[in-house]
Amino acid sequence: MTVYSNPGTPGALVTFKPRYENWIGGEWVKPVKGQYFEDISPVNGKPFAEVARGTAEDIELALDAAHRAAPAWGKTSSTERAAVLNRIADIIDANLELLSVAETWENGKPVRETLNADIPLCSDHFRYFASAIRAQDGDHAELNGDMVSYQFHEPLGVVGQIIPWNFPLLMAVWKLAPALAAGNAIVLKPAEQTPVSILVLIDLIGDVLPPGVLNIVNGFGIEAGKPLASSSRIRKIAFTGETSTGRLIMQYASANIIPSTMELGGKSPNIFFSDVAQEKDAFYDKAQEGFVLFAFNQGEVCTAPSRALLQKPIYDDFLSDAVERTRTVIQGNPLDTATQVGAQSSNDQLEKILSYIDIGKKEGATLALGGERVDLGGDLSGGYYVEPTIFEGHNKMGLFQEEIFGPVLAVTSFTDYDDAISIANDTLYGLGAGVWSRNGNIAYRAGRDIQAGRVWVNNYHAYPAGASFGGYKSSGIGRENNKLALTAYQQTKNLLVSYSENKLGFF
Amino acid sequence: MPETGVTATITIPGETIPRVELTAVAVDLLRSLWDEHGPLMFHQSGGCCDGSSPMCFPEGEFIVSDRDVLLGRLDVAPLGGTAQPIDFWMSAEQFEYWSHTFLTVDVVPGRGGGFSVEAPRGVRFLLRSRLMESFE
Repeated sequence: MTVYSNPGTPGALVTFKPRYENWIGGEWVKPVKGQYFEDISPVNGKPFAEVARGTAEDIELALDAAHRAAPAWGKTSSTERAAVLNRIADIIDANLELLSVAETWENGKPVRETLNADIPLCSDHFRYFASAIRAQDGDHAELNGDMVSYQFHEPLGVVGQIIPWNFPLLMAVWKLAPALAAGNAIVLKPAEQTPVSILVLIDLIGDVLPPGVLNIVNGFGIEAGKPLASSSRIRKIAFTGETSTGRLIMQYASANIIPSTMELGGKSPNIFFSDVAQEKDAFYDKAQEGFVLFAFNQGEVCTAPSRALLQKPIYDDFLSDAVERTRTVIQGNPLDTATQVGAQSSNDQLEKILSYIDIGKKEGATLALGGERVDLGGDLSGGYYVEPTIFEGHNKMGLFQEEIFGPVLAVTSFTDYDDAISIANDTLYGLGAGVWSRNGNIAYRAGRDIQAGRVWVNNYHAYPAGASFGGYKSSGIGRENNKLALTAYQQTKNLLVSYSENKLGFF
Repeated sequence: MPETGVTATITIPGETIPRVELTAVAVDLLRSLWDEHGPLMFHQSGGCCDGSSPMCFPEGEFIVSDRDVLLGRLDVAPLGGTAQPIDFWMSAEQFEYWSHTFLTVDVVPGRGGGFSVEAPRGVRFLLRSRLMESFE
């Protein structure tokens, strides 16, 4: 086991710069208004860098740079763009530990996750889209002997992307990789809670991309996000976040008549059918782990399995085993590779989670585990730590309906298949779901009957490149992570060509 | 700093008990934000990241529809001052399971929240709640 040194201390893999500017046109550019804000590490609650507080003026500079870069970038061959994406992937791999420590310090998540999931998935998504763009063909149809319809994929031009704070690097890469592969220039606004790790990546890959192809402006949603999302100079906006801001951004997109991709979260059911417990074997162990995955990334995952549905005959025993298993989870210094649960990403997130734990108690849910803030002592005392928390209740409670985005699980029971599907679908959202059964027929049917964009069958929280990701219902619009995402960043050009010398004969 | 909070007027036809209130700290912050942005509104957000919290937007910036419910109107004007009404909205779908809950809008130190106007101040609006008296 390894404990990485805090950034900026002797032996540290990362030393953050005291101040980060915006990245525009391939160089660091000071914010026009000269304002900065502090980036706070959730690990200890202390500021560690100053970050440009971008405004509409900085967004305009970034859009200028993007518009200068877009025509040439859009005309590069897919071979060239794929080579650039592959080079970025190689650099990410070569800097795995550095980026993992930076991301952990930024977000509070355990370094075992950044080392084994976040950062390796970043390079893999770049490689996937490098491959996908080279494998993408246009289309043609011979409409008759003399007329051929050709369909070409063309980049949209300049696009805007607004990134969430729960996987600051990986969520950026999910959006960057297809947009770059498709030949677009980008203005990207990171979350104000996690503005720096993407700039650490830029320090490594900044000279791999032509200037202006990727521009990053930090700042607050109202000051930098809104001027980007409402700009008439973007051809698409992509957003991951909550529903009110998502609706607002779609309003801006409608005013400009541009497409939007929205990923707005969920309240994902994790369904355990009785046969899971018919033997206490490796599969049972796997299912138990699948239950505890509600605490993965401190529950700050849009697809967090935050509702566990247990079939009545196994309810007591399965829950009892799962509570004990959750009790043994190691919560501690996120830079320790032994740590399984780290810090919540920000103070307001911590407060919101505690407020929803309070709401759960007042609603009459039964607390089975946790429910308190954790003080880890020493330097970590100021960090934002919450115990993995398990409530029992029923699906009509707010606890079962509102996405808490913390390590808080709501557990209930179901009688039969129809009851399970009915409870699973009784939610505004439809992003993720889990189905656990040894019976392939039940698992398949449940997977198809649940209204969600991603149903994990006998596993959970895997996010391989290639598997499409996106929501049903209020969870959003559009798909990421699959080659389908390329077309979300492409225009379709139809060239309709007549190879005949003969006139139509109308005039 | 005002010493007391503000309780919303009743805006749902047929109801007799208010549904929303502001803490004193929230009232103070909203007066200051009103000075900066003009008239304001709340829309209760759902979903991931900064969701499940109230978003505060300039009034009219966010287009509500008949699938949104007006839970109450909060006047943050000082005693004797010109009215400063702030509407609190929620989607009808969310209201179905919040309907038995009395909501208190509070303020905590924070770092951001979608396009909500308070984020640059280093604070964040937050919901606290209790069961409505009629349901207790």
